[in-house]
Amino acid sequence: MKNVIGRDIPDYIEEYGRVVPFAGAFNTLPTMQRQAPRVKTIRPGATKLIDSLEEVFKRIPVTDGMTLSFHHHFRNGDGVVNMVLATAAKLGIKNLKVALSSIFPVHAPLIDHIKNGVVTALDTNYMSGPVAQAVSRGIMDKPVVLRTHGGRARAIECGQLKIDVAFIAAPAADDYGNINGVQGTAACGSLGYAFPDAQYAEHVVAVTDYLVEYPLSPVSIPQTRVDYVVKVESVGDPKGIVSGTTRITKDPVGLKIADTAARVIQAAGLIKDGFSFQTGAGGASLATAHFVRQMMEQKGVTGSFALGGITGFMVEMLEKGLFRKLMDVQGFDLEAVRSIGSNPNHLEVGADFYASPYNSGCAVNKLDVVILGATEIDTGFNVNVVTGSDGVIMGGSGGHADAAAGAKVTIVVANLLRGRLPIIVDKVLTVTTPGETIDVLVTERGVAVNPRREDLKQELLAAGLPVKDINELKALAEKIAGIPQSLTTKNKIVAVVEYRDGTIIDVVRQVED
Amino acid sequence: MDLRRTMLFIPGNNPSMLQNGGVFGADSVILDVEDAVAPGEKDAARLLVAHALRNVDYGRSETVVRINTLDTFGKEDIRAIVPCEPDLLLIPKVETCADIKEALSLVIEAEQPGQKPVNLVALLETPRGIAEAYNIAQADKRVVAIALGAEDYTAALGANRTKAGTEIFTARTIVVNAAAAAGIQSIDTPFTDANDEEGLLEDTIVAKQLGFKGKLSINPRQIDVIHSVFNPTAHDIDWAEQVIEAIRRAEAEGSGVASLNGKMVDAPVVNRAERILHLARMLGMVKEAE
Repeated sequence: MKNVIGRDIPDYIEEYGRVVPFAGAFNTLPTMQRQAPRVKTIRPGATKLIDSLEEVFKRIPVTDGMTLSFHHHFRNGDGVVNMVLATAAKLGIKNLKVALSSIFPVHAPLIDHIKNGVVTALDTNYMSGPVAQAVSRGIMDKPVVLRTHGGRARAIECGQLKIDVAFIAAPAADDYGNINGVQGTAACGSLGYAFPDAQYAEHVVAVTDYLVEYPLSPVSIPQTRVDYVVKVESVGDPKGIVSGTTRITKDPVGLKIADTAARVIQAAGLIKDGFSFQTGAGGASLATAHFVRQMMEQKGVTGSFALGGITGFMVEMLEKGLFRKLMDVQGFDLEAVRSIGSNPNHLEVGADFYASPYNSGCAVNKLDVVILGATEIDTGFNVNVVTGSDGVIMGGSGGHADAAAGAKVTIVVANLLRGRLPIIVDKVLTVTTPGETIDVLVTERGVAVNPRREDLKQELLAAGLPVKDINELKALAEKIAGIPQSLTTKNKIVAVVEYRDGTIIDVVRQVED
Repeated sequence: MDLRRTMLFIPGNNPSMLQNGGVFGADSVILDVEDAVAPGEKDAARLLVAHALRNVDYGRSETVVRINTLDTFGKEDIRAIVPCEPDLLLIPKVETCADIKEALSLVIEAEQPGQKPVNLVALLETPRGIAEAYNIAQADKRVVAIALGAEDYTAALGANRTKAGTEIFTARTIVVNAAAAAGIQSIDTPFTDANDEEGLLEDTIVAKQLGFKGKLSINPRQIDVIHSVFNPTAHDIDWAEQVIEAIRRAEAEGSGVASLNGKMVDAPVVNRAERILHLARMLGMVKEAE
């Protein structure tokens, strides 16, 4: 069948089940009850502190076929996922589902666990590196479920992703299970992606290398939801967890794009008191924040909040009074960690609060503007951030589709040519984010506005911005780089791409060898 | 009058920059096969630049190629580049009128039948070049501008290069005056610290004050700052319009003398006002003259 944006997907996918097709960004409504884990009790005097992961596995007990969940706040410095899965392998446990909010190169040992049958299912919002490459080549029988950050929170809360045990890597914890992300050598700042896991998992285990005297303060994840605490030697490598400082790009093309994106925001009349904003930490996205900041300073504007992944750049804007609050689901650098640990206006929010479509209101709904990237965008403004030009998985939505759906104005910034390839195509290989939620594409050679936003187009034209039809930009890129050959894939579905509401927006098929 | 507020250097051996050179809004892009390119890479860069000229759309940026000096690789550069129809060649280390004449004869020889004539900009970057500035500026009608290259010049003087630029004050005024005397444009030396936006602004203000019509640029990030200095301000435009209005009124009244706010409006004032309005019109800052 074809879903509402014309992607060809089966009605039923082996090892996944019946497919509910994507029907539009806001057209599929919830009909379920919230997930309710079993009620627990603990007697006074009982201890939660356990010597080893192995012992925790036995106490719970962890058995074949369970779903183990993890957060990705330690990014490429994470040590906990590998440690837990090594324990599972040692104990001969098979057939686990790993629900890890993002998979990084450091998680390469997963490949052996998959080969040995320890892990047979993956559920994630982003994957890059060896595991993503192995998945693309068809290493798994079950397709990986690729979700959005908000969609994962929704799936957990709605009982569609049932977690048996949440192993929460904890930069700091006390012996009664209170956890925060701002102390210890592995301090990562916000622990927002672990909040739904802690709320809805049957069992919750804090894994820490920094055990403090009870009670810990501040508390991000409370003792009331944590069953066990395990002290290990090291939860991860701080060098891979947060970067020292996040710098604005010096690439002149990236800066040109960022400058244009900031002008788009200004032309849309959004640089005014109460402005709310989200942007990524990379290249042109962060540089856009730099130009937006200059405009805010010039006009003396005080913004309401900045949302999402937080960098030192945003912290500086908070401290200079350019935003009244930061809402932080994930910190990217040491400054973000320092600030969230000390500034009451720097709020830690969970993935559900940030972006889940199925609750009584998430933060992306309050955004004026979000700046997003793209590996490909098509003439219908559908965006791919999952697969690269070779068809191999190299990313995932993360919060992309969530923020795009929520913000008043969603801007995609991208180089018209990525290396030698045009960024605009007739049909993206994989749709992550539907075109109906993308308003503007900004490139170094012009700006394209979604035909659904004629109002915005008129505003940009009036401001003298270089507005072009997206087909015109595509032709411009093809004139320089030629038309790339379309990619052929095998038939096997290696991943299903869930939209934030749980419908299937697309599938990823195995790449040719 | 051609607009050359910014002439942006693009390394001739960098395919990505060559491809993107047109997106930054510089009035001219200078595809550089001289200083940006090591001797061993001259052939490759020359080929790249030739292809870029034939295939890349530089939008509204004028295309300029800085060739090597004629005693090194310059002759080969001219033979390969001129048929690709750049708008201009930037000739480095020009010291005499004869240098220009030699380069020009090679250019004319290399031009294909029917092609648009390739004009020249002379880069003056030696004490001799500065001393000969006027002769160079009026050497041929194909010379449309002279530019100052202060780094080599101060090295030859044995003077330290400073941000204040007192060591190049004389050279700057000579270049501006020589160009004005020959009726062509003068282009200032680049500001070489791409990270110092304040310094660039101050340096450009000085250049404009001395009479330069534009500035060489070594980084796309410098363009907006330089343009902001060379662009007429709203105040300038307002004043210029009042001057022109005063002249009209005087003519209508049959009076030989116009005045604005008690000051006499004479020919130089009118010229200045007309230049401002012309620039403003080119930049779309005012509507076309009624």
